[in-house]
Amino acid sequence: MKKLFQKNSETVNLNRRSFMIGTASAGLVMAFAPALFSGSLSAKESITQQAFSPTIWWTMSAEGAVEVSIAKAEMGQHIGTALARIVADELECDWDKVSITYVDTHEKWGYMVTGGSWSVFQSFKPLSQAGAAGRIALIDAGAAMLGVPASKCHAKKGHIIAGDKSVSYADIVKKGEFNRTFSSEEVAKLPLKSANKRHLTGLKQDFKALDIPAKTNGSAVYGIDVEVEGMLYARPVIPPTRYGSTVTNVDDSAAKAIKGYKGFEVLNDPSETVQGWVVVLADNYPSAIKAVDAIKVSYKKGKTANITEADIQNESKRLCEQPDSGTLFVDEGDIKKIQADANESLESMYTTATASHYQLEPLNALAEYKDGQWIIHTGNQWQSLTLPAIAKALEVAQEKVIIRPYYLGGGFGRRLFGDWTVPAALTAKAVGKPVKLVFTRADDSLFDQSRSASAAKMTASFDKNGNFTGLEHAFAAGWPTKAMAPGFLSPGVDGNGKFDAFSASGADHWYSMNSHRARAINNEIAQSTFTPGWLRSVGPGWIAWSLESFIDEIAHKQGKDPVQFRIDMLDGKGKQAGKAPESVGGALRLRNVLQKVSAKVAAVKLDEDEGIGFSVSSGQERTMPAWLATAAHVHVNRESGKITLKKLYVVVDAGLIVHPDGALAQVEGSLLWGSSLALHESNTYKDGQVSATNFNTYLPLRMQDVPDMDIEFLQSDEFPVGLGEPGVIGVAPAIGNAIFNAVGVRLRDLPMKPSEVMKGLKA
Amino acid sequence: MVTFTINGKVVESHASEDTPLLWVIRDEIGLKGTKFGCGIAMCGACTVHLDGQATRSCVLPIGAIAGKAITTIEGLNNEHPLQKAWVEEQVPQCGYCQSGQIMQAATLLAANPNPTDEEIVSHMNGNYCRCMAYKRIKTAIQRAADESQSVVNIFDPNAQDA
Repeated sequence: MKKLFQKNSETVNLNRRSFMIGTASAGLVMAFAPALFSGSLSAKESITQQAFSPTIWWTMSAEGAVEVSIAKAEMGQHIGTALARIVADELECDWDKVSITYVDTHEKWGYMVTGGSWSVFQSFKPLSQAGAAGRIALIDAGAAMLGVPASKCHAKKGHIIAGDKSVSYADIVKKGEFNRTFSSEEVAKLPLKSANKRHLTGLKQDFKALDIPAKTNGSAVYGIDVEVEGMLYARPVIPPTRYGSTVTNVDDSAAKAIKGYKGFEVLNDPSETVQGWVVVLADNYPSAIKAVDAIKVSYKKGKTANITEADIQNESKRLCEQPDSGTLFVDEGDIKKIQADANESLESMYTTATASHYQLEPLNALAEYKDGQWIIHTGNQWQSLTLPAIAKALEVAQEKVIIRPYYLGGGFGRRLFGDWTVPAALTAKAVGKPVKLVFTRADDSLFDQSRSASAAKMTASFDKNGNFTGLEHAFAAGWPTKAMAPGFLSPGVDGNGKFDAFSASGADHWYSMNSHRARAINNEIAQSTFTPGWLRSVGPGWIAWSLESFIDEIAHKQGKDPVQFRIDMLDGKGKQAGKAPESVGGALRLRNVLQKVSAKVAAVKLDEDEGIGFSVSSGQERTMPAWLATAAHVHVNRESGKITLKKLYVVVDAGLIVHPDGALAQVEGSLLWGSSLALHESNTYKDGQVSATNFNTYLPLRMQDVPDMDIEFLQSDEFPVGLGEPGVIGVAPAIGNAIFNAVGVRLRDLPMKPSEVMKGLKA
Repeated sequence: MVTFTINGKVVESHASEDTPLLWVIRDEIGLKGTKFGCGIAMCGACTVHLDGQATRSCVLPIGAIAGKAITTIEGLNNEHPLQKAWVEEQVPQCGYCQSGQIMQAATLLAANPNPTDEEIVSHMNGNYCRCMAYKRIKTAIQRAADESQSVVNIFDPNAQDA
């Protein structure tokens, strides 16, 4: 899927650029330049004159301090630390002198998106090369200063060393004159350090994240903390439907008594991002809260005003039952023939309920028009998708809009497409003043881009000997990509139709099967009722629920051990062999982590009504697989149906681990997200909107629900892959399989509820 | 007008008396470390100390705090053992809930320098962390308790020589 994002943007492909290293402002500057850079200006001239919009990726001061530019959103993954560490490892600078700076959306930074667990995966090679180019330039300059050939020198911790002579980077920068360009061909040849030479990245490294201290003393600045002179506060009035409502009347007579109330605006949005919106203004936020509660807005409601969760779910099930619905995502072997020839088949319908983001910092944006430019202060994950919407809404050119970066009080996919910035910008335009629009928790919930409810119909075929011969997997949901980035929809494998790869990924698993068909189906009712969202782990997060639960069902049907059944199918043959660099070893690596986790729990003693269940998962997409095997140890109370998750065991092979403690934190958090989506949290559409709008009714896992966790990373020198989401994927099916092993009840609806356990026990 | 102390300084607020303290702290006094999460005292992001007790400032009207002492995360001056433990254990991910978590935990350690696992969970359970850094929050509280000067040694008969 990475490819999808490169097709529309040359700039994202850093590998096709040349590097320039030059002296500027008494320091050393390392920049990327477009591949077409003709060389008519020298590196130094280009950098000082900002010609060709060079993208400055790091600078080194005359004191040897290195500042790395980070074009990614910080939302808890400590991404700046990981990326700076990649540069520093190759640059051989002193880590204690490294700092990071988050950049705004100036076009020179190229395509900006932080999501999909892509950041380390996509940045690893270009940033390693950026560090290596700097080291080579410093070695050459240092060698000249030491009067020895460069071949006799090496770089270490901010020094160039030749025998017993050495010179510091600081002294080289102070005295040296850098003016060097590496062509894109030369860049391509820069070798990446071998694993045994790495001293700043890798599983053995123990270091702290640069963003953490500010997050322990209140000094970290989030979008919601920003203020500018003369701004008004604002709160939205969320219309009764996400789309198609129009305002027919506004009666603010009751709001007029509120101290600080400054009126309202009915928004007209040329981008149609928001429809039927009223925004209420005040000189302080609590008054804006009160004013929205007091104001009466009448609407001509949109068509989805009566839609319920059951409407959405029934439509998904209906679509899944149709034999040829949807778009073909996988079509291996001949599923029609296998099904016609089958002696027996097994069918199951799995569902997942609507889930909400509930990132803890409610949506907010401060919009101001200053010096001929629109400045949007907000924490955003996918600026390159958000900017065009803001520009269209404001009817200005995209270059006239800039998004300033701040810490994100949680992203989890909700802050990818910044739809909330549009009403802030429109209100600021309407009143001619800076406007800080803050959503209350309820506003945020009602305007959430929900993870769509889903259904999946699984059909397994068996021959006359009872052997499994083929799998058909049909799954339906609302598609985020169709709603927010339709240009990125993918064609079906037979050339017919389109589908959202983010809402299909995971169905293209790493098991070898004779016949396998996967159909991705769009649910139009979901699609029109809300903006389906990318929620942490996206498609694999709900698709693996049906797949990995059903794999256990197929194993049991054949009287096979589910772990052994998986191991037999993870043979790494044919398309499952993997490819360099990102999936070397293919399914065999998945088999390896499964064998390891299986061995880990072999000696666990189970009490009565306890069970252990397994699952495997392979990250967000086949082109970036993080190999995870999960084992869940649960207890089921036969009296109440209560499910207690006692412990999760996970073995991870994610290639080189750049920031081990950060990776561990991501896996800890994502396993608990998986647990929460499996057992605790869900939402329900009612009258066209979600019914749980605050933490009194939307109930993610709390500290009391945290299971023990045994997380093991495998030492690997393979290419690093993303880890922000993959931990979520395997938890629910592992728990479901464990419940079956504990009490013989197969649950097929997420979240898993005690009432369903009781139904199963009584059946 | 309501007068109270915040982090040892006397302040006056001109906001109406039903204004939640949270907004006075953030927007009138300008201390942004205390966060808005839910507005109904269900998430703990807005936790401050009111005369030493952990309190949800998002539902506390300033009319109720005349003459009282408020402490926010900034008032810990980066000197609290919990803040050090939070860095040592690398607790924060997005960090948005962490001011509230630390303020909540501080009142636990003030009353009970040697909390058990269950006491930590029961004291902290009202504070949401959406990144779900719960494991590290618990470990950091244990670390701060262990490292604190005020650790009380509990007599454990099992530890005695027979």
